[in-house]
Amino acid sequence: MNPEIAWPRNDYSRVPFWLHHDEKIYELEMERIFRGPAWSYLCLEAEIPNPGDYRTTWVGDTPVIVSRDKAGAIHAFVNRCSHRGAMIVRSLRGNAERLVCLYHRWCYSSAGELTGLPFRRGLKGEGGMPQDFDMKAVSPRKLQVANCHGMLFGTFSERAEPIEDYLGEFGTGIIRRFLSRPIRILGYSRQRIAGNWKLYAENLRDTYHASLLHEFFVTYGVDRATQKGGVKMDERHRHNMNHAYAATDTQEEARAAYAGTAARLDRMQLRDKKLLEFRNEFPDGMNLAAPTFFPNGLLIQINNSLAARQIRPQGVNAHEVFQTVFGYADDDEAMTRHRLISANLVGPAGFVSMEDGEAIEVVQKATRSAGDACAIVEMGGRGELRDLAHRVTESPIRGFWSYWAELMGVEPAGAIR
Amino acid sequence: MAIDEDRLEDWVELFEEECDYRVVTRENVEQGLPNVLMWCDNKNMLRDRVESYRNVNLYNLHYDRHVLGPLRFITTDDSICCFELAYSLFQTSLEGESRLFSVGRYRVEARIEGNLAKLKSVTVIADTGLVPSLLATPI
Repeated sequence: MNPEIAWPRNDYSRVPFWLHHDEKIYELEMERIFRGPAWSYLCLEAEIPNPGDYRTTWVGDTPVIVSRDKAGAIHAFVNRCSHRGAMIVRSLRGNAERLVCLYHRWCYSSAGELTGLPFRRGLKGEGGMPQDFDMKAVSPRKLQVANCHGMLFGTFSERAEPIEDYLGEFGTGIIRRFLSRPIRILGYSRQRIAGNWKLYAENLRDTYHASLLHEFFVTYGVDRATQKGGVKMDERHRHNMNHAYAATDTQEEARAAYAGTAARLDRMQLRDKKLLEFRNEFPDGMNLAAPTFFPNGLLIQINNSLAARQIRPQGVNAHEVFQTVFGYADDDEAMTRHRLISANLVGPAGFVSMEDGEAIEVVQKATRSAGDACAIVEMGGRGELRDLAHRVTESPIRGFWSYWAELMGVEPAGAIR
Repeated sequence: MAIDEDRLEDWVELFEEECDYRVVTRENVEQGLPNVLMWCDNKNMLRDRVESYRNVNLYNLHYDRHVLGPLRFITTDDSICCFELAYSLFQTSLEGESRLFSVGRYRVEARIEGNLAKLKSVTVIADTGLVPSLLATPI
């Protein structure tokens, strides 16, 4: 049964607020998107470099183990014992020849196959499992895994497109840009935001808010809408990238553009400017790039801080943002230090990211009582979706909803895609 | 105390010019990973942080309340005192709702000169790696 959604317009320029509050919608998202034909971001290959390495992750609200077997192949399967449903792996990561459930010690290979269970043949001829018990038939549900230049994606569906088609040239190209050299994991950060996961997905597709909500960007000139940049999308408009090029506007242009806003372009200066130092390390010269992959992944570069993020829905009213911060394996000590100083900009305490948590939480609070009211998504235009060489837009939000509606089976008549 | 009373500028003055303040998580420390949630490697960076909070950043309006102890001395000599101190940090919204925001420990190096102590380095090792909402005011 498809839910009834009264879309006021077929181009998603109006989005009902109740979609962030409805339990049934949430359950259906877990089934039709996260356990459906979308490819979810799992983790980075560099996090499981050796045979036997494993780590736990989430696909929507399904716990998943990602592991590397003896031969080096990568597997992903549901972290739930086939027997009575206990979590098989409880640690965040590790290395083991076999994974053993704590409850009745059922054993799994790193490929996710059930390989043994205690007292299978009973004790002294008594008890045990029936003769015809088929271990292979009850192994945990597996995901298809795809490795795109070191970024691992998984899907539960046999019907999923090949990853190259799913990400498009847009997606595979930009991942290659970030992961062109071997990386080194610098660590993790986590943030729990009391808002629906789609509000975070929208936030990442909303270039319009960046220089307004995050006043730090404009005040200190890290990123302003007057810089050269724009938004790019894949052909299906489900993924997107906000990007900007360093030092492509002037103080005068910025001052004129932000004259009517609260931004304080001239009044404040950092005492320690190394926070904003940008060492150009990409041939394209971008100092800000945030490609986002439907439904739950993104890579983000702000100056020299680099990270991958995963959105982990936690019920209709909350989600975790799990961030993996990385540098390159050939970074020297000074470069690693510089990346960590730059990391002050991003994450839960980031100068240009902390506001997102607050903005999402106040939207969630205020829209609970919104009834049939809708968000307005018209900045950058209505109708057809296309790439834009400017940044005063929120069109990729409409792209997100268009693919969301397709997977959920709730597109309006004549829907744009 | 200074943080709980919203005297962030006074809090900065507790540090030496050459100082180090960082917030890290136990999850990263135990894996030997260097990632930071917040890192100021001198007093000017601390001043910049506070100035940005005051004038630029937007965050959840709240009161902080640190509950400290127990304290454990690690090393002391004539001029440098090194100790660890557990903390619980509660946040209270303007509408009066309180929550446990962060729990963990400080690792502190303080320089003692006569009756005065100045902070040389403060590392906050937060057990609470899952930051509720966001981390704006320092711990």
